[in-house]
Amino acid sequence: MSAKPLPRMQFMLCAGTGCIASGSLDLKTAMERELKKRNLQDEAVVVMTGCNGFCAMGPIMAVYPDGIFYNQVKPEHAPLIVEEHVLKGRVVPQLLFKEEGKDQIPLMKDIGFFGLQRVIVLRNRGLIDAESIDDYIARDGYAALGKVLQEMSPEDVIEEIKKSGLRGRGGGGFPTGLKWEECRKYSSFPKYTVCNGDEGDPGAFMDRSVMEGDPHSVLEGMAISGYAIGAEKGFIYVRAEYPLAIARLQKAIDDAKDYGLLGANILDKGFDFDIEIYPGAGAFVCGESTALMYSIEGKRGMPRIKPPRSAEAGLWNQPTNLNNVETFANINPIILNGSDWFSSIGTEGSKGTKVFALTGAVTNVGLVEVPMGTSLKQLIFDIGGGIPKKRKFKAAQMGGPSGGCIPADMVDVAIDYESLIEAGAMMGSGGVVVMDNSTCMVDTARFFVDFCVDESCGKCIPCREGLKVMLEKLTDIVEGRGEEGDVEFLMELGQHINDTSHCGLGKSAASPVLSTIRYFRHEYDAHIREKHCPALVCPSLIDFVVMEEKCKKCGLCYRNCPSDAIIWEKKQVARIDTTKCTRCRTCIQNCKFGAIR
Amino acid sequence: MKERDDILKRKVQKVEVVPPEELAKLDEIIDRYEGRPSYLIPALKDAQEMFGYLPMEVQRKLASGLNIPSSHVYGVVTFYSFFTIEPRGRHTLRLCLGTACYVKGSKDILDIIVKEVGINVGETSEDGRFSLEAVRCLGACGLAPVMLIGEDTHGNMDPKDTTKILEGYQ
Amino acid sequence: MAKISIDDLKKIKERERSKMVLRDGEFRVKITVHMGTCGIAAGARDVMSVFRDLIAAKGTHDVILTNSGCAGLCSKEPMATVELSDQPPVKYVLLDREKAARIFEEHVMGGKAVEDYALARGSETTASG
Repeated sequence: MSAKPLPRMQFMLCAGTGCIASGSLDLKTAMERELKKRNLQDEAVVVMTGCNGFCAMGPIMAVYPDGIFYNQVKPEHAPLIVEEHVLKGRVVPQLLFKEEGKDQIPLMKDIGFFGLQRVIVLRNRGLIDAESIDDYIARDGYAALGKVLQEMSPEDVIEEIKKSGLRGRGGGGFPTGLKWEECRKYSSFPKYTVCNGDEGDPGAFMDRSVMEGDPHSVLEGMAISGYAIGAEKGFIYVRAEYPLAIARLQKAIDDAKDYGLLGANILDKGFDFDIEIYPGAGAFVCGESTALMYSIEGKRGMPRIKPPRSAEAGLWNQPTNLNNVETFANINPIILNGSDWFSSIGTEGSKGTKVFALTGAVTNVGLVEVPMGTSLKQLIFDIGGGIPKKRKFKAAQMGGPSGGCIPADMVDVAIDYESLIEAGAMMGSGGVVVMDNSTCMVDTARFFVDFCVDESCGKCIPCREGLKVMLEKLTDIVEGRGEEGDVEFLMELGQHINDTSHCGLGKSAASPVLSTIRYFRHEYDAHIREKHCPALVCPSLIDFVVMEEKCKKCGLCYRNCPSDAIIWEKKQVARIDTTKCTRCRTCIQNCKFGAIR
Repeated sequence: MKERDDILKRKVQKVEVVPPEELAKLDEIIDRYEGRPSYLIPALKDAQEMFGYLPMEVQRKLASGLNIPSSHVYGVVTFYSFFTIEPRGRHTLRLCLGTACYVKGSKDILDIIVKEVGINVGETSEDGRFSLEAVRCLGACGLAPVMLIGEDTHGNMDPKDTTKILEGYQ
Repeated sequence: MAKISIDDLKKIKERERSKMVLRDGEFRVKITVHMGTCGIAAGARDVMSVFRDLIAAKGTHDVILTNSGCAGLCSKEPMATVELSDQPPVKYVLLDREKAARIFEEHVMGGKAVEDYALARGSETTASG
């Protein structure tokens, strides 16, 4: 936006008394001469700063944004630094600051967890005070809104978003630009733009993090969408479990109104736009677009049949655009950096990055933003740090209760919309729950069906009744009453539920079962035929017998058993007294050698 | 038949009567949202904060005050899990049974609570000490398994510690 | 506050950006405690109050204490970032009251990063940068 581009590199040179004494002014001259010689004076600048207290190591020079810290730099080092660091991007090791006797603290980019991420949506994480609108503006906040209002027509904005290839980050993956275009087409007024912050998938918390950590990025995206489709009113629907997100969004809305970045005549450009928060009241199905809109109207959140699409008849039957939190957070960088930049990241069909919530049996639990097309393997092992406790990776559950499992032998799958659907999972909102070999897939499938039974709104029969029957069948299997033919029955019923339900929740509710059957049929068979749970999770299907050849006679099971059901003496193989055993599995969890079956 | 017998055996619920002067406090909420039927959910939230739960009288008064059929109010109250028609215990246990917590063993913790406190999910203990709720993801998956008691978060829970933690809440 | 124009937006940006870089000598240190839901649940408020109390006790005026959203690495919460002027920021993980006090003593006041609790130096790579 500014006339002169910001320099890409800054050399912070200490101009404290100590460093001046050791020659920092000469170094400044030498650096500037060298930069000018190579015509780099616009790309890198030398800035003089106050003393930082490391006078003994002076002159001190820090390089931003790389975060490199050089010490005892002499004027004669200038050509080397410019040649190596500015031109080739390589650190000059002999000038690096070293603390005596100890290893250095590694750089962010050398740490797998942070180094392999590319942040667009999370661009401000950890850098700004979420409650300060000035902090947000300092990081190019609201510059996109300014650009849009000053230079672009609504049609231009829609064209730019269409060209960027941005697709809905809430799960469906519908192209955002097309959605806006359709909504713009309808002439009925008022129109609404709605932000879906009802992040209900268990194991997903990226939207919460954005709303809490960078609320203005959501507001700015919504205002731009309002301008593009011709709406003057926006709603953010936030689930009741996120009080902090609600509080910070409210503060952000108030501050933006104070600055005139929301309200009437925004930035003096004649555009009116206002945003209101609508807190949810605890219903997973309200994440579905039509249900969410009914909920804002003060009704039971039950999905309706489409068409008409929300773009035509949404909130109070008026044209309504609905996007997810993460989608809105992408808008500012796309407008500022251009659609070409955005579409250069990612794969053919899936552009940009995706934020994932990496949880479960993985070393680094956290929020991860990677370019589309990154492999699941990189996500779990390079960024996630692999599986703790020396256990083996078994499967990753992606896409929440509507998604599916991806087994270990497909870990090379690229993460983009199409590849995941092919693998029987889906992008969903971005929850990745990692499972190791102590997870029973049948039990997991039962867990998801139980979730969906709880959360079904009850409007259509396949979802309301079909899922109940599935749950009964799965409960029978994990409790040892499974029969031959059950799996085939589940597959047929699951297909029916997916084919005949009304809304997105029902249409995918059976997916976790179908995908675990597809990849882990042998576990179902073991439960049904051998009445044995291979992962030792389902208590009814465990023998609670110590395998003598594996027992190392350590007594850990004996010490931890809450019911005194273990008979053990030093240097003796443990035995389990089944009359006392309550099948609580404490011994299994404590045995380091897998000696109990 | 068994289902019917179970229902017949169930204890008759005590009918809590809200005194009229208490009920009058609702007028303030009704004034705030009058003429805006789409604000029923926020109005119910305010009412629940005031009374701790939403007994039938409160629902009926809100309905007539906001000019909404009371059947509609009841429909909304029973649809959303945030609302409750029965009074809650002194401490609300919210155990996360979201995927991440489940994979890390929150079911074992649930079993212990059910055994120790003697209530199932959705119930309140007879001494009014605990209400037990199962929630789906509190968004603190980094601390799985997680349990919320009132406002206190207990993360990285070991099933062994459950009893000790519960003892802290009388 | 008065409504702002597009030019004002640029002015705020320049003004605030220079504050963020900490080069003006007015502030010597910036401490950021990462306070998303998970951070708070893990004890970030304790860490925050230790820093606040120590700043008050020492009467220092050149330390900015601020909070920010989730830093992303939930399994290592609570986290904080300490940035001395002209040095790359250092991210600390798995903090508690004692660790926060030691970081304040050795890094904020003493200028030497506490390697035992540090995860990394520097900033994240943004896709546009």
